Amino acid sequence: MSLQTDTAARPGAGWALPAPLRRIAADPWLFGIFVLLTLSVLVFAVLPIVNVLKQAVWTPEGFDLAALKTTLAQPFVWRALGNTLILGATSALVATVAGFVMAFAVTRTTMPGKGFIHAAALLPIISPPFVMALAIVILFGRSGLITRELLGIRNANVYGFHSLVLIQSLAFTPIAYLNIKGMLQSIDSALEDASASLGGTRWTTFRQVTLPLVTPAILSSILLVFVKSVEDFGNPMLIGGPFSTLAVEAYSQMVGYFNLNAGALLASLMLIPSMTAFLIHRYWVSKKSYVTVTGKPTAQSIRISGARVVLPLSLVCYFLALTILLFYATVFYVSFTKLPGVNNTLTLDHYRTVFTAGFDTLGNSLYLAGIATPVTAIAGMMIAYLLVRRAFPGSFLLRWGTLLSFAAPGTILGIGYIGTFNTPPLLLTGTAAIIIAAMVVKNLQVGIEAGTNQLQQIDRSIEEASTILGASSGRTFTSVTLPLLRPALFSSVAYAFTRSLTTLSAVIFLVSANWTLITVTILSQVETLKTGVAAAWCCILVVVVLAILALMQLVLNRSARER
Amino acid sequence: MSNVVFQNIVKQFPAAGGAPGGLAVQDLDLTIEEGSLVTLLGPSGCGKTTTLRMLAGFETPTSGRITIGGRDVTHLPVNARNVGMVFQSYALFPHMTVRQNVEYGAKLQNLSKAELNSRVDEMLETMALTPYADRAPSRLSGGQQQRVALARAVVTRPKVLLFDEPLSNLDAQLRERMRDELRAIQLRLGITSLYVTHDQSEAMAISDRVVVMRNGVVEQADTPMNVYARPGTAFVAEFMGKANILEGEVQEIGEATVRTRIAGASFELPRGPHPLRPGQRVRCVLRPEYLRIDPQGPLTATVKRVVFQGGHVEYLTEIGGQECTVTDAQYFHGGIAEQGRPLRLALDTRPVWMLADDQNTNALKAA
Ligand SMILES: Nc1ncnc2c1ncn2[C@@H]1O[C@H](COP(=O)(O)OP(=O)(O)OP(=O)(O)O)[C@@H](O)[C@H]1O
Ligand SMILES: [Mg+2]
Repeated sequence: MSLQTDTAARPGAGWALPAPLRRIAADPWLFGIFVLLTLSVLVFAVLPIVNVLKQAVWTPEGFDLAALKTTLAQPFVWRALGNTLILGATSALVATVAGFVMAFAVTRTTMPGKGFIHAAALLPIISPPFVMALAIVILFGRSGLITRELLGIRNANVYGFHSLVLIQSLAFTPIAYLNIKGMLQSIDSALEDASASLGGTRWTTFRQVTLPLVTPAILSSILLVFVKSVEDFGNPMLIGGPFSTLAVEAYSQMVGYFNLNAGALLASLMLIPSMTAFLIHRYWVSKKSYVTVTGKPTAQSIRISGARVVLPLSLVCYFLALTILLFYATVFYVSFTKLPGVNNTLTLDHYRTVFTAGFDTLGNSLYLAGIATPVTAIAGMMIAYLLVRRAFPGSFLLRWGTLLSFAAPGTILGIGYIGTFNTPPLLLTGTAAIIIAAMVVKNLQVGIEAGTNQLQQIDRSIEEASTILGASSGRTFTSVTLPLLRPALFSSVAYAFTRSLTTLSAVIFLVSANWTLITVTILSQVETLKTGVAAAWCCILVVVVLAILALMQLVLNRSARER
Repeated sequence: MSNVVFQNIVKQFPAAGGAPGGLAVQDLDLTIEEGSLVTLLGPSGCGKTTTLRMLAGFETPTSGRITIGGRDVTHLPVNARNVGMVFQSYALFPHMTVRQNVEYGAKLQNLSKAELNSRVDEMLETMALTPYADRAPSRLSGGQQQRVALARAVVTRPKVLLFDEPLSNLDAQLRERMRDELRAIQLRLGITSLYVTHDQSEAMAISDRVVVMRNGVVEQADTPMNVYARPGTAFVAEFMGKANILEGEVQEIGEATVRTRIAGASFELPRGPHPLRPGQRVRCVLRPEYLRIDPQGPLTATVKRVVFQGGHVEYLTEIGGQECTVTDAQYFHGGIAEQGRPLRLALDTRPVWMLADDQNTNALKAA
């Protein structure tokens, strides 16, 4: 609001500052917090990314076009970019189609066993991204349980594009499934009823009403999975083999060849597809949405029960769910097997190794995620509040800073962090703080989004009622807004915690001798072929995550019952 | 002293795109006497809520000055004004009990524990909410929620109380009861109040003064009686209830009455404050209840449409080419006239009101 304040300054009109300044003067504390958060976002999200972009074109001797040209002339750069794009596009399409089939079957048909399908679909979401990679090697590798034991194939080649597509599709189908399911549930069933009452057949209703209404969710799933695939580091690292992606190539240039320029350049290239997908999503897909997603499932009346539809859909769903379960069961089995494919005797050795080696790295992960989680959730809620309810001058910096951190792949963030925080006064390399910062920045946007959605559903006059009763803005926030944001707070706590615990792409650059993380440990064990121990760790990690999520749910239910 | 004065208030919202939009409120001058209840009435979008929110402090006037009890509050923050407000949606804190809701504002006033409790208890008692003190607001009926909202607004003893369409969420019957309850409590507490509604009967029933607004401008501010019976403009006449505005011609100007010809019949109408001259055309406000069916009546109307409403029958008729609504509560004696039939009407001339039309206004200005 830019008011014509000059006219207000007539005699006796009291002091009249320009509107933006008046807003600051009214809430100096809030403005202080705003400045603090904005600066943090600039330092921890924007600056590292800018540094990587700079590093890509600057050598220690200054801007070096020749060096840039040399790097760009190398075929591996373009191969990695092409591979990344092809893998991303394929995985996005496959995962979205599979996710749509599952979501449609669960919300619109009488398919039996929906609970089972849903539970199976959630598994990949709460586990480290590369559990699948571990399983596929054991199942389909050279001495794979299926390829060699079952089919007797020698020299099966599991490494490469085909395996990556399979694994990423399985890992990311749940994302598409949840996304599309939410949209399908929030479509007012009266719309489909109306189509049926107007004489539309099931197929007409599906084509003319349901499909157009969920198109935004379908498109957004495609883009989301694409971004996830571009960002994925663990799976291509383990089973990409000769099929190298940007994330892996950037890592090996940085860590393997100490080629900072090439690493930074590759990471910068990752920004192009990610940002493009993200901007398309923000400025096109989200504008096409007809449904206001209230998060409240509406009553569903029409359910398709004809076997001609339900049977094929069920078959696809069960096949997907069972495949996911097979992969996890494999990891579980391997964790109790001496040397799968070679010596299949059951053993507790791997767990013994784990217990004797100690839980230091798991403890580290829990400890750092435990610190990062509340910071992420609270900062997310505060930023949502500042962006939705307050318009301080400069809030666009905060908005775009957080958006950038979300769209940017973990790799560029990780590389940016080592480049940015290695000199005083920002000397953080090797500390716990740098890992925590990366965890917070990577997950912040999800909290902001949850908080924003929740805030938009809270009638503004509830906060006004508090102000007019004499409460300051700070007071209103803590005693009215924050309690009402609790559902969003809890969901972002759950998200931030699982993500922080299972993340790899950014933190792989940041771990140090003092602070190493469980995901990194598992990765190195897989690389050194200690598959059994890695599998044991994966199982323990999944159990820990499940236990903590269950505990959170318990606390949430208890506190909900208290009111 | 806590009378409220709006002086030359203008409010302009920035339109989308940065260019200045239309004026939501224009040159508003308004005084709310201490202890009185003033209603802002008008069609949707006329600037009622904006005016109210400027007094609350949620909006800042583009220009002009607002004082409460002589103190300039134009730029005072909301939480420093000590005004109470009952919101359209009630805006009860959903995560607090009834008692916690009522306590909230009082707690911010640094009262002693004993004072706080006695005030809150008394307020819950007054509003008949004591049995529900520990319930969540979502588990109350609409009327009870309304009372919690009122209790919460007045427990802090505000200088001014604001209501933004507080009854619009209630069903018709409850609305009337709550309306009377609100007024009784306002009178008892003697609290200066500004009330926004677009329901004219609610406005008349509850207010000391009614302010009719249109497009951000005050059309008329007067007692409920005057706004209804002596409207300043055709807009006010029509907004305040069913009104027939029939054109007539001034024939002869007497001491207290004016002989006026309406649709071929002559009437001695009361002489209003506006200057008149013989031969002038005037517009007369005839409420439907001023007309009655009378076989000897001087006016002849043609029935165009009949609407049966239970307590009365409403005839939409035409008199000398002008539309005119007539109500008949005595239909069980004379029967209901059919469409197309002629209807003889008599007119009770005493309440008839002549509008100051543009010509008259010009004459007034020239004088
Ligand atoms: N925040 C705002 N930004 C821009 N224009 C606004 C804003 N609030 C109100 N207006 C405009 O100001 C005018 C007056 O609005 P106001 O809300 O005061 O109307 P109202 O009389 O309360 O109507 P209703 O009976 O529908 O509540 C309207 O034209 C409205 O569109
Ligand atoms: Mg309004």
